[in-house]
Amino acid sequence: MKVAKQTFKFYSLVLMLFVSAFAMAENTTDPVENTGGQVDTKEEVEAYILHHIQDSHDFSLFSYTSDTGERKHFGFPLPVILWSSNGLTTFMSSEFHHNDDGHVIVEKNGLKFAKIHSKIYELDGGAATVAFDETHHATNAHRVLDFSITKSVVGVLLIGLLMLIWFSGLARQYKKRQVPTGFGRVLEPLVLYVRDEISRPNIGEKHYRKFTGYLLTVFFFIWILNLLGLTPFGFNVTGQLAVTACLAIFTLIIYTVSGNKDYWMHILWMPGVPVLIRPVLAIIELAGALIIKPFSLLVRLFANISAGHIVVMSLIAIMFTLKKSLGVVGATSLSLVLSFFITLIEVLVAFLQAYIFTMLSALFIGMAVAEHDHEHDHDDHGHEIPDAEDVRGDFI
Amino acid sequence: MDKLLNDFSPGLFVVQTILLLLLIFLMVKFAWKPIMTSLTEREEGIQGALDAAEKAKLEMQNLQADNANLLKEARAERESMLKEARDLKNKMIEDAKTEAQTQANNMIAQAQSAIESEKKSAMAELKNHVAGLSIEIAEKVVGQELSNKDKQLQLVESMLNDAKLN
Repeated sequence: MKVAKQTFKFYSLVLMLFVSAFAMAENTTDPVENTGGQVDTKEEVEAYILHHIQDSHDFSLFSYTSDTGERKHFGFPLPVILWSSNGLTTFMSSEFHHNDDGHVIVEKNGLKFAKIHSKIYELDGGAATVAFDETHHATNAHRVLDFSITKSVVGVLLIGLLMLIWFSGLARQYKKRQVPTGFGRVLEPLVLYVRDEISRPNIGEKHYRKFTGYLLTVFFFIWILNLLGLTPFGFNVTGQLAVTACLAIFTLIIYTVSGNKDYWMHILWMPGVPVLIRPVLAIIELAGALIIKPFSLLVRLFANISAGHIVVMSLIAIMFTLKKSLGVVGATSLSLVLSFFITLIEVLVAFLQAYIFTMLSALFIGMAVAEHDHEHDHDDHGHEIPDAEDVRGDFI
Repeated sequence: MDKLLNDFSPGLFVVQTILLLLLIFLMVKFAWKPIMTSLTEREEGIQGALDAAEKAKLEMQNLQADNANLLKEARAERESMLKEARDLKNKMIEDAKTEAQTQANNMIAQAQSAIESEKKSAMAELKNHVAGLSIEIAEKVVGQELSNKDKQLQLVESMLNDAKLN
């Protein structure tokens, strides 16, 4: 009980720090542009949603236009770290003054940078402003490698820290007692769930211990970040292609590295089929193992989470877009009811996508480490009696 | 597709890779490994306790079965002992009865034979006595006959009275 109280105190302290940090957060006025202030039409809503879906270099909580016509932003600036043609360049994102269409030029390290649609461009030598072609592509600037601490990175760091605090706390509890108390009692069944329902049945009794650590990390990482995406902080970490691609490639590397002889044999020289077909099968199998599997993983997670964000925001936007036809009360209540239920579904999807990603990773790893015993039991008629491993193989 | 590729940020990918690697390493070292070890230990402990309980239960059952057997045997033994004793008792009574019977018969027979012989000797003595008495009477009758008729009769009368007294 005492421990729980202390933990509670600790978390409240963290929360307070967090909140006060926001209170101290920059309260910048931005007289340069105030066009992005109101979001009323369908086009503006679409642009706003697409902007939200992307990663951001600021941590903005909300913004409004004051009576004097100034655009005020509440939030954090985040550090921008670039690998430009002159080497490493760092500055704070506040130097862009929330401009996102390339009009504000930041001069650092003898180079000029502009931010266009949440991407940072380096202006080619001599150019003073960004020139655009008809499709709004910059013609005299190129993308730079951007290692900035973006909003997604902040989310990853935050969740990583939370996971470390929570689960190392749970680990410490076991030193003193057999059954954890407090928050650990919530975490323990989740850990057991991943181990007993995802890792053990899919990888097999013999090898599952080695991979459970990875699967647990990925499961909680995706799940908590998915849930974080549903909060009003507006994180969209698991909806970033780079993040899901990274996760999928980790899984790819793990099952490729730990694949045993049987696994590679089945990929490269499939036993039990005519020799002429084997090379064709090998190409298909290789494409499946190295491209299709990780691609399906990364696209599924990315698409589900992005779609969820887009749907929720579109339903919220009903409030503005249908105001004329339904009236203020009608549009607002319709929007509230719909977005409420979609948010409920999104809570389910947040868990489901974490589960599916982890489950499929476990399945792929399980296929790579499965031991095919070729001495199957034979029944009276000489047919092979399929064992559990084979049934699983068929199912996959 | 073009837009998707444009949205893909290589920098974020690199940062995420580093952070994820770090996170996996830290989580495995500080969280998953100790948690898994403790969970496995706990499960093994529970399994061990359950097994021990099961074993104890089996032992208990064996013990109970043994006890039941012992009890049954003891009961059977007692039963047989009781039966033996009862038989012995009956036999003894029977024996005693027959022995007593024969003894009594013997005694009765002895007594009867004794009575018989006594009777015989008494009869013989009586015969002798009667014979002697008869002779005596005859002597006296013969002696008095000559003197007095009345006296003879009187004498016989008195003699007979004497004989009665004898």
